Amino acid sequence: MAPKQKARNPELIPGVGKVSRSKMYHKRGLWAIKAKNGGKFPVHAKQEAAAVVEEKQPKFYPADDVKKPLSNKRKPKPTKLRASVTPGTVLIILTGRFKGKRVVFLKQLTSGLLLITGPYKVNGVPLRRVNQAYVIGTSTKVDISGVDVSKFDDKYFGKQVEKKKKGETEFFEAEKQEKNTLPAEKKDDQKAVDAPLLKALESVPDLKAYLGARFSLKAGLKPHELVF
Amino acid sequence: MPFKRFVEIGRVALVNYGEDYGKLVVIVDVIDQNRALVDSPDMVRSQMNFKRLSLTDIKIDIKRVPKKKVLVAAMEAADVKGKWEKSSWGRKLIVQKRRASLNDFDRFKLMIAKIKKAGVVRQELAKLKKETAS
Repeated sequence: MAPKQKARNPELIPGVGKVSRSKMYHKRGLWAIKAKNGGKFPVHAKQEAAAVVEEKQPKFYPADDVKKPLSNKRKPKPTKLRASVTPGTVLIILTGRFKGKRVVFLKQLTSGLLLITGPYKVNGVPLRRVNQAYVIGTSTKVDISGVDVSKFDDKYFGKQVEKKKKGETEFFEAEKQEKNTLPAEKKDDQKAVDAPLLKALESVPDLKAYLGARFSLKAGLKPHELVF
Repeated sequence: MPFKRFVEIGRVALVNYGEDYGKLVVIVDVIDQNRALVDSPDMVRSQMNFKRLSLTDIKIDIKRVPKKKVLVAAMEAADVKGKWEKSSWGRKLIVQKRRASLNDFDRFKLMIAKIKKAGVVRQELAKLKKETAS
């Protein structure tokens, strides 16, 4: 970096410079610029004003002045995960039909919900989404490196919209019964995710039985003093 | 029933209230009727009310207000830590700490082990009962 240049006209007091006006004229070399230009100060040729484009009046405008709402460019982020909840952690579900079940956490989806699996064979919990607020993260971790969860996203778990045909109300009952079973594709996905998980579970003694059992508070246990 | 644990210089005590809760300290001097000067290898020498101390059976041989180095050497020589961990009071505290730090998985494994042990004991009992009955 070049050494700091000395100020030409240092301020003694705010508003009062050291060097007088005439001395500054000399210091700045304005006399030399004038001499170079033949006694006069050089002047730039005036720029021609840019041609003004006549804006045509719009054919239609609303009768009242309507205020435009402020633009909102906010992009929501998925919920921040608690430090105890990392992929491969065993979670305890607290609400819903699977309350008390210990399940394995796979990944966080873009909506912020957690993707979990029982595994299904161990405790009956399928691939499912669960909210982080209704879950306790334990400190037990399962090796999840062999599992491929890239194909699962929120759309996979969305409700399937059925096309309603007009005049089919009599056959409504029959149709409903058909659509209630799980499609084979989802069953295969469950098996594909669970197979490497089960292998990882077998390597730790008692872990499978642990995941198969439900969590409950017994006499003498104080949740605020428990280490999970 | 005479008293056996006295407040004296060199008496090891357990802190039962305050910041240093659970620490073993040595009484290094007595300030007045209520307070003592206590010291420990991992804390700054400070005063403490006797009400905050629970006296133990362990006593070490030191002079009044020894230097930190001398105190540490005396504690090593008397093996305060070892004696404490072997005593029933010390062992109970260690077990309490271990139980409090158990993981949810650890508690599950503990439950399984207890059930197994109870099963084995019950089998033996049944065997013995059969023998005495016959």
